[in-house]
Amino acid sequence: MTIEGWTLILLFTALTVALARPVGAFLFALYEGRTTPLHRVLGPVEWGFYRLAGVRPESEQTWRAYALHMLLFQLVLTVFTYALLRFQAVLPLNPRALGAVGGDGAMNTAIAFVTNTNWQWYAGESTMSNLSQMLALTIHNFLSAATGIAIAFALFRGFARRQSGTIGNFWADCTRVTLYLLLPACLVYALFLVASGVPQTLASSIDVTTLEGVKQTLVLGPVASQEAIKMLGTNGGGFFNANSAHPFENPTALTNLVQMLSIFAIGAGLTYCFGKAVGNVRQGWAILAAMMILFLAGAGITYWQEAAGNPVLHHLGVAGGNMEGKEVRFGIAASALFSVVTTAASCGAVNAMHDSFTALGGMIPLFNMQLGEIVVGGVGAGIYGFLLFALLAVFIAGLMVGRTPEYVGKKIEAKEVKLAVLAIAVLPLCILGFTAISAVLPAGLAGPLNKGPHGFTEILYAYSSGTGNNGSAFAGLTAGTPFYNGLLSVAMWIGRFFMIVPALAIAGSLAAKKYTPETAGSFPTTGPLWIGLLVGIILIVGGLTFLPSLALGPIADHLAMISGQLF
Amino acid sequence: MTTPQSVPASMFSAKLTVPAIGDAFRKLHPAALVKNPVLFTTAVVALLLTLLLALGGEPLPLGFQAQLIVWLWLTVLFGTFAEALAEGRGRAQAASLRATKSELAARLPNGQVVPASQLRRGDEVLVETGDLIPADGEVIAGVASVNEAAITGESAPVIREAGGDRSAVTAGTRVISDSIRVRVTQEPGQGFLDRMIALVEGAERQKTPNEIALTILLVGLTIIFLIAVATVPAFARYAGGHIPVAVLAALLITLIPTTIAALLSAIGIAGMDRLVRFNVLAKSGRAVEAAGDVDVLLLDKTGTITIGDRQACAFRPLDGIAAGTLAQAAMLASLADETPEGRSIVVLARETFGVAIDALPEGAEIIPFTAQTRISGVKTDAGLVQKGAVDAILRANPEAASGNHAPQLRRISEEIARSGQTPLAVARDGQLLGVIALKDVIKAGVRERFAELRRMGIRTVMITGDNPLTAAAIAAESGVDDFLAEATPEDKLALIRTEQQGGKLVAMCGDGTNDAPALAQADVGVAMNTGTQAAREAGNMVDLDSDPTKLIEIVGLGKQLLMTRGALTTFSVANDVAKYFAIIPAMFVVLYPGLGVLNVMKLASPESAILSAIIFNALIIPALVPLALRGVTYRPMGAGPLLARNLAVYGLGGLVAPFIGIKAIDLAVAGLHLV
Repeated sequence: MTIEGWTLILLFTALTVALARPVGAFLFALYEGRTTPLHRVLGPVEWGFYRLAGVRPESEQTWRAYALHMLLFQLVLTVFTYALLRFQAVLPLNPRALGAVGGDGAMNTAIAFVTNTNWQWYAGESTMSNLSQMLALTIHNFLSAATGIAIAFALFRGFARRQSGTIGNFWADCTRVTLYLLLPACLVYALFLVASGVPQTLASSIDVTTLEGVKQTLVLGPVASQEAIKMLGTNGGGFFNANSAHPFENPTALTNLVQMLSIFAIGAGLTYCFGKAVGNVRQGWAILAAMMILFLAGAGITYWQEAAGNPVLHHLGVAGGNMEGKEVRFGIAASALFSVVTTAASCGAVNAMHDSFTALGGMIPLFNMQLGEIVVGGVGAGIYGFLLFALLAVFIAGLMVGRTPEYVGKKIEAKEVKLAVLAIAVLPLCILGFTAISAVLPAGLAGPLNKGPHGFTEILYAYSSGTGNNGSAFAGLTAGTPFYNGLLSVAMWIGRFFMIVPALAIAGSLAAKKYTPETAGSFPTTGPLWIGLLVGIILIVGGLTFLPSLALGPIADHLAMISGQLF
Repeated sequence: MTTPQSVPASMFSAKLTVPAIGDAFRKLHPAALVKNPVLFTTAVVALLLTLLLALGGEPLPLGFQAQLIVWLWLTVLFGTFAEALAEGRGRAQAASLRATKSELAARLPNGQVVPASQLRRGDEVLVETGDLIPADGEVIAGVASVNEAAITGESAPVIREAGGDRSAVTAGTRVISDSIRVRVTQEPGQGFLDRMIALVEGAERQKTPNEIALTILLVGLTIIFLIAVATVPAFARYAGGHIPVAVLAALLITLIPTTIAALLSAIGIAGMDRLVRFNVLAKSGRAVEAAGDVDVLLLDKTGTITIGDRQACAFRPLDGIAAGTLAQAAMLASLADETPEGRSIVVLARETFGVAIDALPEGAEIIPFTAQTRISGVKTDAGLVQKGAVDAILRANPEAASGNHAPQLRRISEEIARSGQTPLAVARDGQLLGVIALKDVIKAGVRERFAELRRMGIRTVMITGDNPLTAAAIAAESGVDDFLAEATPEDKLALIRTEQQGGKLVAMCGDGTNDAPALAQADVGVAMNTGTQAAREAGNMVDLDSDPTKLIEIVGLGKQLLMTRGALTTFSVANDVAKYFAIIPAMFVVLYPGLGVLNVMKLASPESAILSAIIFNALIIPALVPLALRGVTYRPMGAGPLLARNLAVYGLGGLVAPFIGIKAIDLAVAGLHLV
């Protein structure tokens, strides 16, 4: 480990925390439906859109209506994407004359992009036409991100409102987030990427002559525009198969840092926005603090393991850290950090191959996803997932101050507990359940490239990534089979909507409740004690569930590595 | 504030434990056990392993399997035993109440005697000296002194009379003088005695809202850990191995929250029982939980903040009247006044002015105090002396009221009131003499208690009939946060509604019929047992001692109940870490020998590790039963320090204790060669 490496990790953390407030303040304006400076330009677009779609933004929805409209919207988008991919061969903007995407593959991709997972079983440049990339995929990078933030807003309203039957309007939330936040931010971001050397063109490829005189065809396309939202919306679906390790996606050290920051920007901002929404910004800071503790612990372990390298190779005379699967341009610290950031959030973009990490170095990204990606997390999804754990923590320990549990002024009762537990149980059900099926059935066993615990980790990683809506892959798994496409589709769908619907139901139940003012006797949910408790509960409830699987995967892998056996 | 020490030293006396053991087995009935889903799961697993052992086929030593099964069954039994023990403590009390109930008979107005169980609401009965009152009711004629020891444990008799706030009588209490006519206000089986029997027995115990929510959480955790364990065989098969069912069962049972699940109902029963022993009957567990959540306490001034009686502290004569003259008149007017206030006037006159009148002159006519006149006095040959409320004296002496002394009298009275005292005017033969100042004596330690409550985030509001000036002065002196002066029952009700609209939970106590709406509206309404039937119906708790001060302790008991529940839940969940470190390496070491390094406790063998974890998991239940029954130590302090303290004890303690416990058990298991 180097001073530079640690400086990068700490600088990144500091920048994330610094971003939380300005981004959060802007998100709060959108949450409240307030006018921002951007309204002067984009306001007419918003209203024009509402008129066109017949949406009345001021008409509030109950949680049921909110959930129903959201689900119908997602369903339509899924079908639309599926159709587009199936018919891409006969549709325009297909310069490389690519054929239709197969049925199970198209379904998997449609669900992957609608659920903000962006799991890619395919190599983008050789499977997707430009139309598919732009219309079928990039559009979801915006809409799935906007949906996540909308759900977070709805849940915030549940906490903030008093005796209210409604939690906002889904269409208004979605439109505002897309129009005022995602589109303008991505425009600026994409221009920055173009300036840094990322291509943005409709041309399909150029032929170049390399220094050795060989002719090589470089695939090009509208990369910068997709790159911007891929990060900011924690989507992670790269234009190229190599994702952010590809020099056309991530050309410089600066773009690498900005990419990582843009993964965390909105998620961190939402913690501040939550604090503002419930009328006490310290509530938001406490959540961010707990997230940052979990993040730094993870980043520290991965960096330490990667820098320590592989003792088997050391014996063979290869000194230094583990450079397998890493871009030389980025090195160990930036790769380790990127991997923890992308899995802590539900991004899934990668600038190194997680499969090639050391066992414990790769376990942290895996564990991050198994926790439900609540460490900053996906845009919106991170905070609503985290709040479910916060409810659980309040419920388990809150009684110890001699009052029935309450969080930010709302009593937490049977209904909320039931819904929170239901949502949290989805994680082990999908991750462990599907891994168990795949670890036994021949179709599942055909997937992993490696044998032994490492192969097991590859399967476990795929379902953790799918259920957590992350989308990053332990590259060793051949996932483009009907078996994996099918099961992963189910995992992604459940992992997304079986979290969202209970979260919205909690929002509805909380919104209807009275507000209990905070007193000296109320359970404190701001100080270091609370932060420590949150971290403890997340690690115990979230973590212990996955310990057996981790023991048989990365931990066994690691212990084998120490004793000189590699998989 | 300290909670009452109500648990007898003989908590585990043979008298209670022996029947509890029998009950523990009876509670194994599936229909009863299913109400506790976690214990039910444990029992199902134990049954499954028992069957597997009988069928054979598990690749494990028989002795090891048998021991696992025994400890699993013991885990379930310890849980049912905890509940049975908690219930048993109320049962003896219930038995004596039942005996009382069975001997009740009623004498109807026509002289006919029928069993009390035939009485219906609206029936009238006669109760004479020596009779037990057959049913709850209202005195409609007569006055009697009644011994209520059967209900309250207090043997000093109380007066019950028709009309007013002392008209309610309770079944099972004994009339010891005079006779009364009572109209029954209960349907058979729904009286106070019935409710009390059900309560102390815990028979009709229903889960409280918080208990239901906690049970849901425990079921949820059970499901999550069930998924975690159920997927292990597939993972093991991938690794080319096989995990015996018994080992999986051990992992599951140690992970699911058996500890808190086993103790949950015992905690609830014991919490109610603490209230009963404190002579407070809560009509539902919900009310006890609400007591812990209370934000605002409405406290009656008299009896709670001040000692009930005011003391004379000064004579303030009008201009031109000698102080001695006033003192003498005041004393004369008070000689026949047997109230503590009256006696204090006599004492003050004697001590400060040496007025020496021992008895009323012959032929003196005593004018008693009535609520209408609000004046008392004495008429002798020498003339008429009167004392009473200032406006009442002025009204009774209209000439003096328009005279030139009246403004001064009013001014002095106001001064007295402003300093928190009560003015009492004295007049002789229509002439105003001056004012006696009566002082409210604030109870010792009240100020500190209110400061404690404030630190706990509870606001205190003093309710008084005094005028705002007096009330403000007493409020300032006693340290109460707020006050409601010249309070009418309507004001009380309005205050409660306002606080509740702001999201606060309000507790109050009351006894009169006109308190009933406020008692019903309050989140915690404690009715005094001496109060009217209407008040006792409206409140959700009844204080058998009729001591309004106890409201503060009731809040403490509510908090203690919730804290005990939270502490044991946290402890139970934190325990899982150590159990994982015992079982995971033991389970997987056959698949990957390297995983042996996770055996941080250096347990002797995989079998002893698994057995030790299961034994710890079982034994922790009886080990915590005393804590569950007694409740965690409760100190009034702010939520921050309270949480820090409890997290350190039960959170960190819960993490560390099982590491030590499992290691110790493992040493014993290995030392005794049990596996």
